[in-house]
Amino acid sequence: MTRSARRTRRMLQTAGAGAAALLVLSACSSSSGSGSDSAEKSDSSASSASSTPKLSGTITVFAAASLKESFTALGQEFEKEHPGTKVSFNFGGSDTLAASITGGAPADVFAAASPKTMAIVTDKKDAAGTPVTFVRNQLEIATLPGNPHKVSSLKDLTKSGLKVVLCDKTVPCGAAAQKALGASRLKLTPVSYEQDVKSALTKVELKEADAAVVYRTDVKAAGDKVQGVEFPESAKAVNAYPIALLKNAPNTEAAEAFIALVRSAEGRDVLTKAGFLQP
Amino acid sequence: MTHTGQTAAQPAAADASGQGLNARIVVERGSFRLDVALAAAPGDVVALLGPNGAGKTTALRALAGLVPLSGGHLRLDGAVLDRTPPESRPVGVVFQDYLLFPHLTALDNVAFGPRCRGASKAQARAVAAGWLERMGLADHAGVKPRRLSGGQAQRVALARALATGPRLLLLDEPLAALDARTRLEVRAGLRRHLAEFEAVAVLVTHDPLDAMVLADRLVVVEHGRVVQEGTPSDIARHPRTDYIARLVGLNLYRGVAEGHSVRLDAGPAVTTDEALYGPVFVAFPPGAVTLYRERPAGSSARNLWRCEVVGLETHGDRIRADLTGELPLAADLTTVAAAELGLQPGATVWATVKAGQTHAYPA
Amino acid sequence: MTRSGTSDAAAAPLTGGPRRGRVRGPGVPLPLLLPALAGLAFLLLPLVALLVRAPWRALPVQLTSTEVWQALQLSLVSATAATGVSLVLGVPLAWLLARTDFPGRGLVRALVTLPLVLPPVVGGVALLLALGRNGVVGRGLDAWFGITLPFTTAGVVVAEAFVAMPFLVISVEGTLRAADRRYEEAAATLGASRFTAFRRVTLPLVAPGVAAGAVLAWARALGEFGATITFAGNFPGRTQTMPLAVYLALQNDPEAAIALSLVLLAVSIAVLAGLRDRWMTAS
Repeated sequence: MTRSARRTRRMLQTAGAGAAALLVLSACSSSSGSGSDSAEKSDSSASSASSTPKLSGTITVFAAASLKESFTALGQEFEKEHPGTKVSFNFGGSDTLAASITGGAPADVFAAASPKTMAIVTDKKDAAGTPVTFVRNQLEIATLPGNPHKVSSLKDLTKSGLKVVLCDKTVPCGAAAQKALGASRLKLTPVSYEQDVKSALTKVELKEADAAVVYRTDVKAAGDKVQGVEFPESAKAVNAYPIALLKNAPNTEAAEAFIALVRSAEGRDVLTKAGFLQP
Repeated sequence: MTHTGQTAAQPAAADASGQGLNARIVVERGSFRLDVALAAAPGDVVALLGPNGAGKTTALRALAGLVPLSGGHLRLDGAVLDRTPPESRPVGVVFQDYLLFPHLTALDNVAFGPRCRGASKAQARAVAAGWLERMGLADHAGVKPRRLSGGQAQRVALARALATGPRLLLLDEPLAALDARTRLEVRAGLRRHLAEFEAVAVLVTHDPLDAMVLADRLVVVEHGRVVQEGTPSDIARHPRTDYIARLVGLNLYRGVAEGHSVRLDAGPAVTTDEALYGPVFVAFPPGAVTLYRERPAGSSARNLWRCEVVGLETHGDRIRADLTGELPLAADLTTVAAAELGLQPGATVWATVKAGQTHAYPA
Repeated sequence: MTRSGTSDAAAAPLTGGPRRGRVRGPGVPLPLLLPALAGLAFLLLPLVALLVRAPWRALPVQLTSTEVWQALQLSLVSATAATGVSLVLGVPLAWLLARTDFPGRGLVRALVTLPLVLPPVVGGVALLLALGRNGVVGRGLDAWFGITLPFTTAGVVVAEAFVAMPFLVISVEGTLRAADRRYEEAAATLGASRFTAFRRVTLPLVAPGVAAGAVLAWARALGEFGATITFAGNFPGRTQTMPLAVYLALQNDPEAAIALSLVLLAVSIAVLAGLRDRWMTAS
C-alpha cells in the first residue's frame, strides 16, 4: 500500500469516526432531553470539563467479553451515582473491539483482555494517555460438574480420549493457554480451537467437551454448570487487563469518571468477586 | 349416409363373454356432475363428441384412472377397474398435446411403457423400434420430441400408447394440435391404425369430421350427460338436439377417386373440384343440397340423384330431410322451400350438389 | 429458468422450432435502470473494496501456508458433501411438499424454511442440543453406534446441510409446482408407479431447477460460519473451513483474512461460472 493511500485511509477513518461520533452525540442529546445542536454540545462539554462537576450524557464502553458481568454491575452503579448519565456497553472479543475502534467506531473507553490487543489501539494512536492495568485474569480448567474424569492438572488434559477445547491462538485466552502449555512442555491436541472463551465454556456446559481451558472469571460466571480446577502453570500465563480512555472519546470527563470507578476500591471489590485478581 | 366401411356395432356392445368396455362413469365436481354410460366391443372405435366443458375429457381421464369415479362402474374385458390406479390399468392414452417426454428420444418415449410393465431395456427398445417402424418413423428413433413435426409427434404418441398392448386406447382430441394440412394426413393415418387396433378405442373430440371419420359410433355428451348415441349416419339423420344438428351437419361418403370423379362405395359417382386418386372421403353439408320435384331440365347429369323422402325434422327455421335412393343423404331447406316442394315422406325428389361445395380428401 | 425449461419442452412439439431469445426494444425505462444500477453497485462495491485493499504483495506468502489449503480443501469437500446430503433428503422433501396433500402442510413448509431465518449460531446450538454427545438424539447415536458428530468433519457437513438444505427445498419445490404435472399422468398411464414417474420423468424435467437449488445450497454451505463453528468447532484440517479461518485471521491479522477471502471468492466464482457454462451447453 502506498503512503498516500494509507493517509487517505486514515483520513477516511477519522472522518468516519467523526460522523459516527456525531450520531452518538445526537442520540445522547435526545436522551438527555436537550435539543441543542450536537456540535455545540460537544464544544460546551469540552470547555466545561473542569467548571461543571455534574456529569451527563452517554459513555460508550468497549470491553472484553469476560468483563460482562462485573462491568454491567459497575455501569449501573455509575448511573446511580451520576443521574443523567448512561453507560452503554459493547462486549466482545478484544481483537474485534480493537479492530472496530481503529476502524473508527465511536467509543469513550476501551477495556481489553490483553496488552497485545490494547496495543492495536495505542499503535494507531487512538488512545488518550497510557493504558493502565486494572485487573488480572488467570486461567483455570473448566470440567464437567463433579469432575467425572478426575482432572487435577494441566497434564491430565493430555490424556487420550478426553475431549478438550481451547481458545484459538488468535484470541487472548488461547494465547495464554499456549503459553501455559509451553511453559510446562505439554503437548495438547484439543478437539477444537474455539473463537472465544465463552464458546469454549459453552462446549463444556453442553457436555460436548469434557474440559476447557478458560479464565477463572468464566468458571465463576458459569456457576454450577461447570467445575473449576486450578493449575499452578496458570501463574505463568496471567492476563493483564488494560483500560484506556480513547482519543476520540465523545464524552471525556464522564469516561474518566467511569475509569476512576473501575479502579476504585468499590470497583475492585466487584471485579474480585467475579474472580479477577488484583493488578 | 355415413359409410365408413365398418359396420357399426350396437350400443350395448360388450358381448356375453364380458369382452370389451362396460362403464358408467359418474364424476361429481362441485355443481358439475358427469354421468356417462359407455359400452364397446373389442375392435370398436367410440367417439365422445360434445362442446367444450361437456365433460368429455373428464370422462376420458376417469377411464384412464386419472380422475376417481364418484360412482358407477368400470369393467374392461370382465375385470373391474373402478379403483385400479392408472399405472395398473391396461389402458393407453394419447394426450391432447401428446406429452412426449422431452428429455427422452422418440424410441425411449415408446419404450417407456414396456419398460415400466417389466420388459428388459433391450426388449422394451425392440418393441418400441417395431412400433416406430409401423408408424413410419424408424428414421426418427433417436430424435428428441422437440425436433419432431406435429404429425410425427402424434404418431410417436400413438406408438407410445399402443406399445404397452392396451385393452383400451384413449385419445384426447388427437388431431386438435395440428394445422389443417397436417390434420388430413394424420387423420387418415390414425384411421388406419385404429382400424387395425383389436381392442376398444375411445376418442374425445369436438370436431364432428374427426369423429365421423375415425369412429364407428358416436356418443354425444352435453352438460355431463349423453344426449344421443349411435352410428354417425344415425345421428346425422336424426339429430335430437340443435347442437347435434349443427355439429354433424355433414354428408360423408367413402369412395375411390379417379381424378375429379369419385366412385362412391354407396353406388353413384360424385364430381369434385379436387383431383385425387385412390381411396378418399367425400363430404358436403346438408345445406349444399338442392332438391327438385322434377328432374331439372338442362342441368348436367353430374351430382344429380333420384331420392325418396324418408323423414322430415324441424330444427329452428330449417327442415332437415332424410333421403334414401341412389344416394342416401341429408338435405337442409327452409320451411318455405319445403312447403313449395310439397315434401312429405314417400315423395320422390331430385337432389343435386355443386362440385364446388363438395370436399374430397384422402382416406 | 426451470419454468421456461418445462413449458418450452411442452410447447416444443407444437411449434417445432428451437426457442430463441426475445428481441428487446432499445429503451430501458429509467425508473428501472437507475435502481438496478444502484443495486448492482451496492452488491459489488464491498467486493471491489476487498480487491482494492487486498495485500497483493503479501498474497503469495499467505497462500503458501498449508492451513489455507487445508481449509480450502475442507470447505470444498464439506460444502459438496452437504449439498449431496441436501439433495438426497431435500429433493424428496420438496416433492412431498409440492405433490402431496396432508394436513398441516403449510406449517411443515414454514418449518422447513426456519433455518433460513434462524441465526446460524442458534442453529449450531440447536444442532448441539439435538445431535451433540449429550443431545436428544445424539446421546443415542453415541451410546448405540459410538457416533459423535461435534468436532468432526461429519459435523461440519451436518451443520452446513442444516443451513443450506432449505434453499434447495424451496427452490426445488417451486420448480416442481411450476412443472407440468400431466407428464407424470402420462407416465402413470404407461404403467409407471409414482416413484418411477418421479425418477424417470419428473426428476429429469426439473433437473435445471434441482441444479440451481443445489448450486444455491452449495454456495450457502461454502460460506457457512456460525452453525459450523458452534456445532463442529474449529480444528485445522478437520473442522476449520475457510470462513472460520477468515474469521479467526481477522482477529489479529486482517490482511491475512482478506487474502483468505479472496481465495474463497475466486474459487466460488470459478466453480459457479463453470457450472453455469455446463448447463447452458447441456440444455
